Amino acid sequence: MPGSAHHLLEFVQHLINGLYLGGTYALIALGYTMVYGVLRLINFAHGDVVMVGAYVALFAAAGLHAPAPAPWYQTLLIFLLAMAACALLGMLIERVAYRPLRQAPRLAALITAIGVSVLLENGGQLPWVFGSQPRSVPELVPRVNILPTAWGLSVTPIELVTIGVTLALMVALQMLVQRTRIGKAMRACSMDREAAYLMGIPVNRVILVTFALGSALAAAAGMLIAVKTGQAHAFMGLMLGLKAFVAAVVGGIGSIPGAMVGGFSLGMIEEMVAGYGFSSWRDAIAFVLLILILLVRPTGIMGRAVPEKV
Amino acid sequence: MVVWLKRGLGLALLLLALWGMDTAATNYLEPTYYTLLVNIGRFVILAVSLNLINGITGQFSLGHMAFFALGGYAAAVVTKMVGHRLFGPVPSVSEGIPAFWYAWFAGSLLFGGLVAAVVGLAVGLPTLRLRGDYLAIVTLGMGEIVNIVIQNQEWIGGALGFADLPLFVRPGTGIFWIYLVAVATVLAIRNITQTTHGRALMAIREDEVAAQAMGVNVVRYKVLAFMVGAFFAGIAGGLYAHQQGIITPRDASFVRSIEIVVMVALGGSGSITGSILAAAILTALPEFLREAVGRLPYEQQEGARQLIEQLQMVIYALLLIVLMLVRPQGLLGARELSLRNLLRRRKPRSAPEPSG
Repeated sequence: MPGSAHHLLEFVQHLINGLYLGGTYALIALGYTMVYGVLRLINFAHGDVVMVGAYVALFAAAGLHAPAPAPWYQTLLIFLLAMAACALLGMLIERVAYRPLRQAPRLAALITAIGVSVLLENGGQLPWVFGSQPRSVPELVPRVNILPTAWGLSVTPIELVTIGVTLALMVALQMLVQRTRIGKAMRACSMDREAAYLMGIPVNRVILVTFALGSALAAAAGMLIAVKTGQAHAFMGLMLGLKAFVAAVVGGIGSIPGAMVGGFSLGMIEEMVAGYGFSSWRDAIAFVLLILILLVRPTGIMGRAVPEKV
Repeated sequence: MVVWLKRGLGLALLLLALWGMDTAATNYLEPTYYTLLVNIGRFVILAVSLNLINGITGQFSLGHMAFFALGGYAAAVVTKMVGHRLFGPVPSVSEGIPAFWYAWFAGSLLFGGLVAAVVGLAVGLPTLRLRGDYLAIVTLGMGEIVNIVIQNQEWIGGALGFADLPLFVRPGTGIFWIYLVAVATVLAIRNITQTTHGRALMAIREDEVAAQAMGVNVVRYKVLAFMVGAFFAGIAGGLYAHQQGIITPRDASFVRSIEIVVMVALGGSGSITGSILAAAILTALPEFLREAVGRLPYEQQEGARQLIEQLQMVIYALLLIVLMLVRPQGLLGARELSLRNLLRRRKPRSAPEPSG
């Protein structure tokens, strides 16, 4: 094969991988950005909801005796179960840990969020919860290359499904936020929670819905990632969550389109940098990007500068 | 003149007391308890220095252990690589280490602290201009960056850690060094809080905008507090590296930093004595639990020990959540434990507690 064609193929491969990676980051980043929009809180535990989503999918697959690969309706059922379970978990976390601190200093809420995150991770690895060893996840969607080997490219069904589901969920979320009553209420809360409350918007319910939506998206990402990598473990959400948060900041925290742009940008940048000679630096790329973006444009790509209110 | 005399006398007394404490502990304490005392000293340094950033200045750093690791690695390079090349290998404590080596060791600790402070400056300058919660994420990211950068440096041991370091902090010298630094940290940070600089830091904690309006250079003071905290954490890292004989990239990770955050939050953000107390309790408690496990029947010991390891972080997390929900200011709040306060307690207190 001539050299230039080889380089082109390699580039296309990284492009595909970056798209997949970016899709998962974007799905998780949406939860961060929505919660930050209404509460001005970095929900540290969000990454660990991703982990719980992966485990719920794992248990659901085992409970349904799903074959690998599973028929589409079973996969869909497992997918919806994971999303529903995590939506409940998200609401529970908000109700128990965050709501009592809504009037407290922001730092207290942030510390609590870190506490919830550490609790989910370390509680998850206890022997009678998920266990400290990684669990293998059945191949609900095939992870084999569907292209002829001679092409030298690898595209798997799970990657295509991930990208497709990500885009579909984003469109659905955008419709929900822009076209429905509850979406309008969410936007109102993120503009000014006090004023929204005075206008008769049930702020507590809106915040619960925000957590439910974000956590459901996180669960979707968790299941897709677990099926793609073939395993789940209690600390899988830590790095994923941090990177997705960076994606949300890069895109402009508080902005839903920003989270999508940020997610895909981070996925692409990480894949390209790691793919071209810096693979052992993969996990540092996001944080370097974070410091750079804070230096150059702290509001992120799509974010607006909000003056500090006194 | 009299002031300097008094200070000199105080220093001499302190050195004597530390030396006496070390000699007594070396001769009369079991090695486990000697190590426990050294560990408590290390966590006191870490908690009090983090308190300057998180408690007194009201910022939120999640990367304190990154400074610790940086200081540890920098000091280890000075003793093991530079020192080894200049003076040859370091003799073991039992053979007797010549005095000049201790001077070199002290220099390496200072160097480690300075490296940590410079990195603190580089990270703090862009981030501390922004709202508080960005600092949390950036410092957290910094821990991971330091971790990964060190993993890729084969000349200082790479992912396995920098091993076979000279042991300066061992029975016979360990308590002396650790508590010398601990006392210096506590005094330095207490003195900072009692100057105009300290008032400026507390003003930033209470209300950043108001502080700025009163003419406090907010960014400069925040960066300064961040650097001072990083400096002492770096020194603690140097001490640790020469206590264990090894320092690994994982020491920089944010999971370890959480422990220090818990100590500061538990003791009371802003209270130096609170941090000391919390560091001592949270370091000693697992040790005594392990001690208790030793009395169980042999078959149950292994399982119980594992359970303690696994439950430790779960308990820390629950402690943190419950603390924030029930008593967000921590055990002592911003107050200090002191004899004077304990005696004064009899009178009714009138001053309201500062919020924050």
